[in-house]
Amino acid sequence: MSAGSLFDQPIRHPLSGSRGIWSFLHIDPVLLVLLLALISGGLVVLYSGADANIAVVKAQGIRMGVALIVMFVFAQLDPAVFRRWSPWLYIAGVAGLAAVLLVGVGAKGAQRWLDIPGLPRFQPSELMKLVVPMMTAWYLSRHYLPPRARHVGVALLIVLLPMAMIILQPDLGTSLLVGSAGIFVVFFAGISWRLIGAFFAMVSVAAPLMWFFVLREYQKQRVLTLLDPQSDPLGAGWNIIQSKTAIGSGGMDGKGWLQGTQSHLEFLPESHTDFIVAVLAEEFGFVGMLILLVLYLLIILRCLYIAATAQDSFSRLLAGALTMTFFIYVFVNVGMVSGLLPVVGVPLPLVSYGGTSGVTLMAAFGVLMSVHTHRRMISA
Amino acid sequence: MPWGEFKDTAAERRLFQRRTVVMLLLVFVLLGLLIARMYQLQVVEHDVYTTLSDKNRVQVQSVAPPRGLVYDRNDVLLAENRPVFSVTLVPERVGDMEQTLAKLQGMLSISDEDMERFNRRLLEPRRPFQELPLRYDLNEQEIARLAVHRHELPGVEVSAELVRYYPHSELTAHALGYVGRINRQELQRIDPVNYAGTNYIGKSGVERFYEELLHGRVGYQHVETNARGRTLRVLERENPVPGEDIRLHMDLRLQRLAHELLDGRRGAIIAIEPSTGGLLALASVPGFDANQFVTGIGVEAYRELSTSVDKPLFNRALRGQYPPGSTLKPMLAIAALDSDAVTRDKTIWDPGYYQLNSGGRRWRDWKRGGHGWVDLKEAVAESCDIYFYDAAVTMGVDTMHKYLSAFGFGEDATLDVAGALSGLLPSRDWKRAVHNEPWYPGDSVNLGIGQGFMLATPLQLATATSVIANRGNWAEPRLLKDIKGAESIDKVLPTGTHQSIELDNPDDWEFVVDTMAEVMHGSKGTARGAARGAPYRMAGKTGTAQVFSLAEDEEYEEEEIRERLRDHALFVGFAPVDDPQIAVAVIVENGGSGSGTAAPVARAIFDAWLLGFPEEGEAVVVGGAGEASN
Repeated sequence: MSAGSLFDQPIRHPLSGSRGIWSFLHIDPVLLVLLLALISGGLVVLYSGADANIAVVKAQGIRMGVALIVMFVFAQLDPAVFRRWSPWLYIAGVAGLAAVLLVGVGAKGAQRWLDIPGLPRFQPSELMKLVVPMMTAWYLSRHYLPPRARHVGVALLIVLLPMAMIILQPDLGTSLLVGSAGIFVVFFAGISWRLIGAFFAMVSVAAPLMWFFVLREYQKQRVLTLLDPQSDPLGAGWNIIQSKTAIGSGGMDGKGWLQGTQSHLEFLPESHTDFIVAVLAEEFGFVGMLILLVLYLLIILRCLYIAATAQDSFSRLLAGALTMTFFIYVFVNVGMVSGLLPVVGVPLPLVSYGGTSGVTLMAAFGVLMSVHTHRRMISA
Repeated sequence: MPWGEFKDTAAERRLFQRRTVVMLLLVFVLLGLLIARMYQLQVVEHDVYTTLSDKNRVQVQSVAPPRGLVYDRNDVLLAENRPVFSVTLVPERVGDMEQTLAKLQGMLSISDEDMERFNRRLLEPRRPFQELPLRYDLNEQEIARLAVHRHELPGVEVSAELVRYYPHSELTAHALGYVGRINRQELQRIDPVNYAGTNYIGKSGVERFYEELLHGRVGYQHVETNARGRTLRVLERENPVPGEDIRLHMDLRLQRLAHELLDGRRGAIIAIEPSTGGLLALASVPGFDANQFVTGIGVEAYRELSTSVDKPLFNRALRGQYPPGSTLKPMLAIAALDSDAVTRDKTIWDPGYYQLNSGGRRWRDWKRGGHGWVDLKEAVAESCDIYFYDAAVTMGVDTMHKYLSAFGFGEDATLDVAGALSGLLPSRDWKRAVHNEPWYPGDSVNLGIGQGFMLATPLQLATATSVIANRGNWAEPRLLKDIKGAESIDKVLPTGTHQSIELDNPDDWEFVVDTMAEVMHGSKGTARGAARGAPYRMAGKTGTAQVFSLAEDEEYEEEEIRERLRDHALFVGFAPVDDPQIAVAVIVENGGSGSGTAAPVARAIFDAWLLGFPEEGEAVVVGGAGEASN
């Protein structure tokens, strides 16, 4: 026994041993397996939700493939890279949002896209889902945690600016997701409970103000429909009623793959996008739902573990916020489909068809994997 | 030892870990909430949503039963069901009615009348989601055009229907009747379940009387539909019970012959098979095309039919009420013999007129100058009115009423002929009730030769003649012969209630039959011309019914009086005399002379039935004209 025994423990080379290959690739195998399980299960359900249209499944498969590549790319980058680039990305993002408000293109009365010649069309607000938590985490991790009030104020400003710009597009759903990502960073940073209380008080004041002055007619209608879908069963209430019917009629075991009557007989709209959970519930029953939710839970647990074992504040804050944002996606979509929350256009992550949200999510998972595999001190 | 720029204090890490725990708790709580919600929907409220899900997709449709077919006694098809394609709209599924109708106008030819009828039907009460027809009988191009533009026309469907079709419509319309679309009143009295999916119901004749038998029973199918209401597949089906096919006594050949014989004139012919009471022919001329009525006749066409002076829609055979005239004499002869008003040998002097009291009003005989001394046989054979005036006064109205009603006058004696009228058999009570006057002897005088208040339909005349042919036995007239399936006819055919007529001396029947045979074959018989050259013996009686009466001293000059004011020509008879096969009643409106016009028609009918029908294309040979009028 010697005085330096504590430090005599061998430090293994990060690239040695059975975990070596994964570390080399900067991939977290557990998370990867869970994600692949979710994606492939999603494709199976999508096939049914799209009414046995194999072209849709193929398109989604390609999109997921691209997303996996993006994840891989992001996983290679050291979190320090993200940290260094955060402010620049933020500025670029805000500029992009401003451009959208000025010259954006869009559909259905919403301007959300930028059409720069030479680049594919993209949604700046989508990128902000990554950039805002990065920027907030960058800012807060520069100072000691828990943050003081004025740091919190600045952080909130960092969050609110893009939020406001996105609301103006108008895109309430995305703005809330961007905002919540930033808020989670602030929470994980350790903002005092008193401030949290104050924040909630503010929200409860803001909510009715928002109702009367900010929310548009169709958005108000959605809330009202949630409370009583039967008030307009053939119009606004249709989605909720059909969705609940689909879910409820699935029972314990479900009607069987491709046997769902609500979706295949065209009663359930958006059955391959926002309401795909209803298809799953109808065809695979309560058992199927449980499996899906457990899968999401496992992913979240793994990601929270990654966040907790991260080795610097920036990484921790970013990882935690991204994980919780992912969870919010799941909660809002499933809640909406089952009639707990008003209908907002939030897709089920990694399962719903289309959109760029899949790529953004996988990029986030890439960041998470990067956080996990770039740790420098690995004990035996 | 921290490297590079990382800030990592144990305190910060612990803070983060505490916050992570909070978040973890939040995750579990919210996930638990979701799971509880799913449990509520999928387990607790599963039945509610299963029902909703089924209500969405499963619809019960009724399957209309095919209507039973109608055949004549030789299995010739009289009524069948043909597939007809029509364009229908379900108003509840049509978005913009005006626009849709305008589009359809462009694609098909829709008459103003069709459009008007459709708009009328839109306003009438109907079952929800019931299809309303817009136009029938689409041809192939129109069906194709509709199919191509189907997606632009929600709520519009091409539906195939089985529609009733009468191949020999003009000949059978009055006997068979027709079906038509169910109207409001009928909608209230039928069983809506059994008639779901059926649009037609029997309106008259056989179609109406045997509606229940011919309709069958409705079937069901559970179909799966999508959100647009389109049927995708059949889940379950209970087949409809088709209506029964029935066979009538009618012989289409005889019916056709009847129409040919009356071609160009107005009248009716009834032929009965005396042993069974089966109606071999039920002809009312002019006829009409019943097929027009099935799908709804156009206003113009209907006006033409209903205002035509020949009244083709009027069923003369069942509902034409005429004074029977001299055709009543054989029945009165039976009455007079049995009531001892006359004997077989009693003779009277016929100077050409009759008076109740000397110096009173004179009732005339058709023959100027009278027949001289006549007995009963001669009275019938030569149709002596005076003999019967006298006999009638002797019998009195009560006795006459008793015997005549035993022959079926004054009532609808048929078993299954819908719409047959009862005629009018007058009596003391009747006159008191209707005319508020007592019965005068003069009324009996008129009744004695079948004039005055008495009215009878051709069917009643044929029925009474059939009773004589049967020597007093009753076989009520009926149309239905048998049901082609296993059902027994007794279930649907009412049983007859008439007793055979018992006479004090049953030989009186044969005697009266002989007098009728004398009419045809005797040297002075009024219809001897019509019977000339027949290889069998027939019995009959001619008659002439006055359309308007002459004053006491006016002459009856046929040529001068306009055709439609001329007397109706009547004839009743049967053949062969022994073992009669067929009994007929013929009326030719405004035909003038019974022997000249009506008797030859009967002869042609007898010939066809007993000797064989003329081949296709051969002219119908009608016997020679009579020597004298009634």
